[in-house]
Amino acid sequence: MKTILFVLVTLSLNFAQAQITEKPEFGKIAITGGTVYTITNGTLENATVLIEGEKITAVGRNIQIPEGYTVIDASGKEVYPGFMDSGSQLGLVEVNAVAVTVDSREVGDYNPNVLAFTAFNPHSAAIPVTRVTGITHVVTAPSNGLIAGQASIMDLWGYSPDSMAIDATGAMVVEWPSSMRRGFFDNRSDKEIKEAFEEELKTLNDKLDKARFYDAMMSEFESNPNGKTQPDKDIRLEAMRATVRGETPVLVDVSREKDILKALEWATDEKNAELNVIFINVQEGWRVADEIAEAGIPCLVKSLYLPVRDYDHVHRPYENAGALHKAGVKVAIISDEIENVRNLSFEAGYAAAYGLGREEALKAVTINPAEIFGIADLVGSIEVGKQANLFIADGDPFEPVTQIEQVFIKGYKIPMVSRHSQLYDEFLDRDAVNE
Amino acid sequence: MKKLLTLLLLLLLVGYTQAQETGSVLIKNGTLVTITNGELENTDILIRDGKIARIGENLSAPRGVMTIDATGKFISPGIIDAHSHLNTVSTNESRNPVTSEVTMEESVNPTDISIYRAIAGGTTSIHLMHGSANVIGGQGETLKLRYGAGQEGMRMDGAPRTIKFALGENPTRVHGQGSGIHPRTRMAVEQVIREHFDAAIDYKRNREEYLTAKANFDRRGRGTPPVPVAKNLRLEVLSDIIDGEILVHCHSYRADEILMLMRVFNDYGVKNYTFQHANEAFKVAPELAKNGAHTSIFADWWAYKFEVYYSTAYNATILNENGVTNSINSDSDELIRHLNHETGKTIRYGQTSVEDALKMITINPAIQLGIEDRVGSLEEGKDGDLVIWSGHPISIYSKVEQTYIDGMKYFDLEEDQADMRISVNPNESFEDGAAFGEIISGRKADACMEGAFNLLEETTQR
Repeated sequence: MKTILFVLVTLSLNFAQAQITEKPEFGKIAITGGTVYTITNGTLENATVLIEGEKITAVGRNIQIPEGYTVIDASGKEVYPGFMDSGSQLGLVEVNAVAVTVDSREVGDYNPNVLAFTAFNPHSAAIPVTRVTGITHVVTAPSNGLIAGQASIMDLWGYSPDSMAIDATGAMVVEWPSSMRRGFFDNRSDKEIKEAFEEELKTLNDKLDKARFYDAMMSEFESNPNGKTQPDKDIRLEAMRATVRGETPVLVDVSREKDILKALEWATDEKNAELNVIFINVQEGWRVADEIAEAGIPCLVKSLYLPVRDYDHVHRPYENAGALHKAGVKVAIISDEIENVRNLSFEAGYAAAYGLGREEALKAVTINPAEIFGIADLVGSIEVGKQANLFIADGDPFEPVTQIEQVFIKGYKIPMVSRHSQLYDEFLDRDAVNE
Repeated sequence: MKKLLTLLLLLLLVGYTQAQETGSVLIKNGTLVTITNGELENTDILIRDGKIARIGENLSAPRGVMTIDATGKFISPGIIDAHSHLNTVSTNESRNPVTSEVTMEESVNPTDISIYRAIAGGTTSIHLMHGSANVIGGQGETLKLRYGAGQEGMRMDGAPRTIKFALGENPTRVHGQGSGIHPRTRMAVEQVIREHFDAAIDYKRNREEYLTAKANFDRRGRGTPPVPVAKNLRLEVLSDIIDGEILVHCHSYRADEILMLMRVFNDYGVKNYTFQHANEAFKVAPELAKNGAHTSIFADWWAYKFEVYYSTAYNATILNENGVTNSINSDSDELIRHLNHETGKTIRYGQTSVEDALKMITINPAIQLGIEDRVGSLEEGKDGDLVIWSGHPISIYSKVEQTYIDGMKYFDLEEDQADMRISVNPNESFEDGAAFGEIISGRKADACMEGAFNLLEETTQR
């Protein structure tokens, strides 16, 4: 045993450095013999997946492996599309308690022009820690103020935001103005709370109106600039043009029943018909699931949080995703995390156990978020032509006992190394020496 | 309607008040996850008057004892959380770096809904701790989660005394940065402990000399009365620590500060202590093992503050492989609802065995609290604290179906109601009905620092 341990430690010393020095494999890779969960085309046993470059080029049971392919035997293993966390602050925050490392919270209520993409640190120690668990791409979002900025969708392999971005302008983040008391310390009168809410909502609507006007004005100029005076550019309104056209979704952060109903009223207003609205958090979604379903608004939810009200049933948070799905809402599971985005799989596991079911829970971390964010042509399933974001596990990835053995991102067979595994390699048998 | 509600709540309260008595039950044909004696399939377990009376096959129920068929179910001992602030009234007495005189004894809120939520997740005992604002904080209280039994009814009688210590960022922020007193650095954290331990030793000697002299003077009734040495509760508690009467549970993160405290404790002869959180304990696992020091850690929390940036989710596995008795704790009203899942992560990160993973939420925390002869495993003679699971407790798909404490049922999935409050805050609006603490502190609340927040906010302003 000691000898094995020694060999293991010596082997791993090669890359037990502060940085990840091991290089990924890239090119032509065949994964054979595994049970492939395609998500969109059923589950194929003893199947092969071919990867060429960044793409999946073949998926099926009787596939000839062309010459020149590196074969990875996945017999007895399970192959899944890479999981997508559609609600995180990964890469925007390094150490939450150290303010200078927090780039998720810009000052002010009106920052539609700031992009998560810009501050996304591709070298964050949390990125390798996340991706080795099978999470291959995330939505990372700013989180402060009424119009907080734009969330970006990022692959978790690469050395620059440019090479990692699936969509730098993934969604416009709106922190829904609450019409409720903020806590016991909130000693505003009911009237004051109502007025504050109405004022904030008016601000939001005014900005959207301005953006619509600006978009129309600019579009008219752009369509035929000849003989017209060029309007001055407004960097914020410019950033909102894609939003008011419905090209960039609006990610509305809303949780409580009363707030959700107000947000639904706003989202279904004729004036906002063009907006592509997504709700995030929606902790009390189960209370108004039918109304959300009727409005056709997808929801991004966690499972592991405390019941919102003291008199709520103890399992409400676990059951929220399932209840929304049953009502007909398209659901994706999020971690709402920074350094522990890896817990996404377990958030999905709890949703699966408490009403959503395993099959739907798998969709909720793969194809559903991809569809919600309009990137299902690229990721979200194991299909020919899609980006090769996938992983091999020795069992059900929702189970904590399962080992995630190999992850592929954009065709790269990534080193299964992170700060956490490196510290393990270094310290499991700390005082071992080379003889 | 309101009257009806009140009546219902009263009934609930009465029901639960009675439930603090011990109970008897026979659970048949389940798979017993004993912790100390492997997994026993198709085995019966009989609890009589609150204690595990027999474990075996084909047991029959004594007259009047209810029988439950647990075919296909798993039965584990109740989960023990060695680090919790679940139902504290106050958590931190943060205006002095040493507050050994304060205790959680009177700081137990017996009607907190979070107790019910914890039982629903299979947790039956907790170590209710003082916060981490002070180098030497207040004394803890070991509770059984007998929801509705009142403050007295929740105490675990006979559990050893415990006390909270804290090293690193929290005490240096609160006192050094916040108030401009020692300690501002990890250097002074050590000196605060040594200075107070020395004072406690001197105090004990002087106090005993005085009491002897006073007794002699009183007996003789003449001469000069001795100069009084006043009773000092703070130093008396410290003296009890040095005498080995109190188990120290020390909030700590970095490897260097863990080594520091072990040096100090070796100098003063303090044994039998547990490092709480201890994110960098894996770096000094051989030293911990050598000193017989225990660790009680998060399964995967890291990077939320700087002193946990260079840590790993493989911590538990490394400690376990190096022979350190380790437990997985919650320090959170949310995590305490699924500690079986939290400890499952020790398998994902480093492939700890299922058996050892489950020890980390049962017998190991029991050892750390000095209650291992009472709880933490399914053994004849131990307390009837157990959980019936729909499947193996390590699986994410398994649900807690029933939770028993002293043979009394405190949770039943089938009979579970939405509103399980036994106390309603008359000031809350029905629509809000919320635990606002969560909303204020937001994500990843530093529960250990509850009550020290205001002080810290003042600090950040500076």
